[in-house]
Amino acid sequence: MTPVLASALAILIGAVIAFILGFDPFVAYGALITGAFGNSMAISSTLAGAVPLALAGLGVAVAFRAGLFNIGAEGQYWIGVIVAVWFGYHLTGLPGWLHTLVCVVAAAVAGGLWGGLIPGLAKAYRGAHEVITTMMMSYIAIYFGQYLIAAGGPMHAPGYNAQSFPIRQDAWLTVLVPPQLTTAVFFALGAAVAVWWVMFHTTVGFRLRTVGANARAARYAGIHVPAYTVLALGLSGLLAGLAGGVQVLALDHRLMWGFNTGYGYTAIVVALLARNHPFGVLLAAVFFSALSTGGQNMQMVSQLPSSLTDVLTGLIVFFVAAERLVPLTIAWYRRRRGVRAQVAAAREGGREA
Amino acid sequence: MSVLTNPQLWASTLAMTVPLALPAIGGTFSERAGVVNIAMEGIMLMGAFFAVAFSYWTGSAWLGLVFGVLMGGLLAAVFAWAAIRLAADQVVLGMAVNIFASGLTAFLLNTVFGYEGTPPDTPPLPFVSLPGLGPIFSHQSVLLYVMFAIVVLSHWFLFHTRLGLRIRAVGENPLAADTAGLNVWRLRYIGVIVGGMLSALGGVYLSIGILNSFDVGMTNGRGFIALAAMIFGKWTPVGAFLASLLFGFSTALGVALQGQGVSPDLLSMIPYILTILALTGLVGRSTPPAADGIPYTPIR
Repeated sequence: MTPVLASALAILIGAVIAFILGFDPFVAYGALITGAFGNSMAISSTLAGAVPLALAGLGVAVAFRAGLFNIGAEGQYWIGVIVAVWFGYHLTGLPGWLHTLVCVVAAAVAGGLWGGLIPGLAKAYRGAHEVITTMMMSYIAIYFGQYLIAAGGPMHAPGYNAQSFPIRQDAWLTVLVPPQLTTAVFFALGAAVAVWWVMFHTTVGFRLRTVGANARAARYAGIHVPAYTVLALGLSGLLAGLAGGVQVLALDHRLMWGFNTGYGYTAIVVALLARNHPFGVLLAAVFFSALSTGGQNMQMVSQLPSSLTDVLTGLIVFFVAAERLVPLTIAWYRRRRGVRAQVAAAREGGREA
Repeated sequence: MSVLTNPQLWASTLAMTVPLALPAIGGTFSERAGVVNIAMEGIMLMGAFFAVAFSYWTGSAWLGLVFGVLMGGLLAAVFAWAAIRLAADQVVLGMAVNIFASGLTAFLLNTVFGYEGTPPDTPPLPFVSLPGLGPIFSHQSVLLYVMFAIVVLSHWFLFHTRLGLRIRAVGENPLAADTAGLNVWRLRYIGVIVGGMLSALGGVYLSIGILNSFDVGMTNGRGFIALAAMIFGKWTPVGAFLASLLFGFSTALGVALQGQGVSPDLLSMIPYILTILALTGLVGRSTPPAADGIPYTPIR
């Protein structure tokens, strides 16, 4: 099913649910839209929230294009955050822009190694399915992060809360539009252009897509499929790691307990809705960020719980996956109409319809 | 090593095994029939929520159990329909089910019970103490014993009955099964829905088996550990149970060792590391059913 139709259907179902429960769907959705785009602060929050989704979404999309399902963007995101924070408070004496750059690059490389090395090699040489390995690596990363900042952990900052030292202020990304929109947005735009260029205008991108379209044919065409499997998962993890690094330099500035963001999981949905096109990823990221920012306003104004937006997200993914739903429904409707026509014709005197 | 001889550790190992083994065996049913099921987490949440809701509305925890399992089965049926009839990508569908169920249960908790959460007078399932078996088997949820029965029954069903053989056949080679006159779609529906009901039972255990309340996201990733246990158990009920026992032990040990300088977070990584090692053949190779995840269109 087309992503737009899937989203429209999900939003309609959400409205019906809200109506049945005695809420006014127009009030609820109105509050959702104004909460996401109503003023400069809302737009700032929506766009800021879209940045990590876009970067991680680009990562998932790159893997999809190569025929691989990177379900572990969340863990790669965490690794990016961990490494950016580590460089962010250990490095001293660099000029601010260089410090930022080192943190971002380190985060991206770490994410790339996390995604590419073990799941990539396991897939390429041992046939271990990347859906399982990336998911397992994701949990390992999250527990590793929690271990680092828990009491007694190597990155634990003194105090009652489980959290790391903050990143030095000179490495923070600058706020463009308060409260949240920072220069991080340029990383997202730049990455989208870079991914678009690499995937559609370079030999490497062409080969990645060929492997994705038909791995066997790619092998006969002389493409080293295992190497491109590792590369694709590596690039995918690199972008998810970048997402974590950029986000922590922009907003949180430290690793905290309960940091579980879910960005990596929403990134999968973003890539799906965008049909894995880099510029579509930007749009889809804004859409899902708007759902989550606007959802909080919706809850405040209309009392309708913001978790409704998760229900919508689940439905959208379901409808996008169930693309045969539309042709099947049309076929079923035609059959039924055919039967009705025959019945009518029979009533009229037995002539064939 | 006084920790290891403490019966409390083994009692809690068993208690932690139940919500892993039930969905892990459920996943085994689904994947043996050829449908990849990463939706255990969502189906567990569904079972957990509706068990509490119906337990409260009917005043009977047993009715809560029945409806929790039925609602999990219903969600699994929708998942199965899209995966089998619509031949949709099963991993994407599993994601959809997980997101949907976590949203829906949070949404219903707030709209049905309000922001204070589930009522405190919700009846829970009974705890059972087996006399003569010592403290390990005292005051355990009745579902622990149900789980033991399910392990044995599932093994017998999948490997010693004709229907079990047929379910495994459509997971390995649906074309051959179809040629032999089996109804591939119907067998896959059975595998996924039975699997979903077992997963939901795991959720029921969490909400009214050891507690009498539901909390947002209370499954806390157990559906994904169960997935790991299913793989580590090589897609067999007994293997899934033993892997769950090992994973349950690592969780219980983490709790028991708290404050003794051992990080529970590092212990929590064990299931996931073992699963990667199993998949790469480093600790006994684990190979999925041959047609796992591949939609099948019947021959006409």
